[in-house]
Amino acid sequence: MAPADQSVAPSASREFLANLRHLPRTVKDAWFRLGHSPVSEREESQATFHNLFLHIHSVRVHVRSLAPRLTMGLGIISVSSFIILCISGVLLMVYYKPSTTLAYDSIKDLHYVVFTGRFIRNIHRWSAHVMVAAVFLHMARVFYTASYKKPREFNWLVGLGLLVLTLALSFTGYLLPYDQLAYWAITIGSNIANSPRELTDAVGVTPWFNPGGSQRRLLLGADYVGEDALIRFYVLHVFILPTILITLLGVHFWRVRKDGGLARPEDPMGGTAEWGGKLHKVFEPLKTKTYGLMAVVKGRRATVNRGPENTLMSWPHLFWAELAVFMLTVAIVLILAFHFDAPLKELANPLVPENPAKAPWYFLGLQELVSYSAFMGGLIIPMIAWIGLALIPFLDQQPGGEGVWFGSKGEKLVALQSFFFGLVAVVGLLAFTVNFGWLRSWFPSIHQLWIIFINPGSILVLLYMAWSLWVLKRRNSIRHAAVALFTCFLVGFSVLTYFATVHRGPNWIFYWWPSQWPMH
Amino acid sequence: MPDVTGKNPSRLEPIEIPRRSFLSIAALGSFFTAIGMALAGAARLPGPAVLPGPVRRFKIGFPEEFTVGSEARFEEANFFVFRDSEGIYAISGVCTHLGCSVARLPEGYACPCHGSRFESKGEVTRGPAPRALPWLEVGRAADGQLVVYADSEVAKGTRFRV
Repeated sequence: MAPADQSVAPSASREFLANLRHLPRTVKDAWFRLGHSPVSEREESQATFHNLFLHIHSVRVHVRSLAPRLTMGLGIISVSSFIILCISGVLLMVYYKPSTTLAYDSIKDLHYVVFTGRFIRNIHRWSAHVMVAAVFLHMARVFYTASYKKPREFNWLVGLGLLVLTLALSFTGYLLPYDQLAYWAITIGSNIANSPRELTDAVGVTPWFNPGGSQRRLLLGADYVGEDALIRFYVLHVFILPTILITLLGVHFWRVRKDGGLARPEDPMGGTAEWGGKLHKVFEPLKTKTYGLMAVVKGRRATVNRGPENTLMSWPHLFWAELAVFMLTVAIVLILAFHFDAPLKELANPLVPENPAKAPWYFLGLQELVSYSAFMGGLIIPMIAWIGLALIPFLDQQPGGEGVWFGSKGEKLVALQSFFFGLVAVVGLLAFTVNFGWLRSWFPSIHQLWIIFINPGSILVLLYMAWSLWVLKRRNSIRHAAVALFTCFLVGFSVLTYFATVHRGPNWIFYWWPSQWPMH
Repeated sequence: MPDVTGKNPSRLEPIEIPRRSFLSIAALGSFFTAIGMALAGAARLPGPAVLPGPVRRFKIGFPEEFTVGSEARFEEANFFVFRDSEGIYAISGVCTHLGCSVARLPEGYACPCHGSRFESKGEVTRGPAPRALPWLEVGRAADGQLVVYADSEVAKGTRFRV
């Protein structure tokens, strides 16, 4: 802003005083360049793209993408919980000491002494749970709305990377309190990393070729869970993994924008179109007018013969919606953190295993598989599942159905049938295993190779694959086969998680309810 | 593709690389090679060169303390020591599945984590454990006490004769 009175002959000291007087206003203008909340669409668009953080969104957003039914806000919930995790995590770092002798005490200090320490730790724990759940559900949303299809294949892969990072962050955070739960969960986890030894032992090459052992040493920095493991997990948890995650998150957002926003079907030309349960009028080109392309634009389609798309200004519509989801996430986390304390068991004791030693809930499905074979259940099956998910957009390339829940014809039916098939298969196998045991119960001297390759986990995977191939053949649609496999995977994962959470007690024995566990 | 002089050379003639391009490529190439080698070297850093941890060699007492048919558990070192008519032997108490400590049962051992069972000589009878509980080397120290080398596995049935 120019000095107020130009008429007076310029004098440096006067000007200085005038600038001083106007300081509050000029500083405010530098921060808020518009000076008032935007009133016209032009100002609203400027508010969006003149701001580093807001311009991650385009200026206008399609009405379909705003409909809560499409996304359920799951991506925003994931990132909101990550923001909460970063803030609460930094606060915890103020007191946390990554040392086997001090870690447990520092968590106790946080819990009992530090002002709001317990609340902050609860918030950190609950938002971690919310984030894992939201990331899984977000993936399911993207899958069932066929939003991984061209040109969004790359972003699907980035998302799968983010899924792995989210789980890795949870896993590394699990050790840090250094209580019994942490110690034994990480002992088990690091031995899963060691489990290729099952195979190398079975074929007798371990002395020369031991990838499992190297993996485990890389993770623990030693042959047991101790100081070296704790400091490695700490560095991974507070620096390496979050840095990679934030970077990939940037790529993820950028790709959403560059791939044309959220996936949605093309708008029809003229007439009305239905979305979000309402009928919308669609721009219709007039017969008496000629429409031309006035500029060369990048994108999948040139907007010749089309009016403005059915879009709204991102400011305020999209930003309010996102802010609302963020506030909802904060509210959920705060309520959970207020009512439920994060657990803290006794100090880690290498002599007495926690019984049962259970991983956090999202790893319990895997732990059930691990109780059949550590190598197959802990490494091979998760890898198969992950690679299968990564291949989906490259194997299913038929366009159609993008941005609509169960968009292609008959998809809902396939999903329903697969749900029941997946449920029956996993419950049947679990019931069989609990009642009759498995190969080693019948043939105690059986070679380990049989156990590795033929166990309830691998059979479940084969059943699901067979079902998906049958759907492929019967319905002659790759998308339907993918829906079948993904639904089975989701059901299997959920049932195994539930089963290991509720029905596995001490010694990993089946109990109907945790209340029936023997005291120990 | 026309070269820098604008002529269309024959397909067989080697493509002329301008001196500047050559120098740039050489400089970039050597830079990235050096960085790559340095990073490859740095990637070896996390692999522990020295394994920390206590010496896992335990004096367990004099042979006379172990009568024939007796057994003892050494909690901290996590192994069991037995004496039968043929000699003294030690069996590790670390489950071969995922490293939990096994509990002693009358008929053998049970792992609390994933339900593996072993018979009294360490062979797997049930559950996911991929191999038998290892037998550990037993020796004698200069002062006459028995020593169990907890990191040294021996073949099943190997006994220390006293």
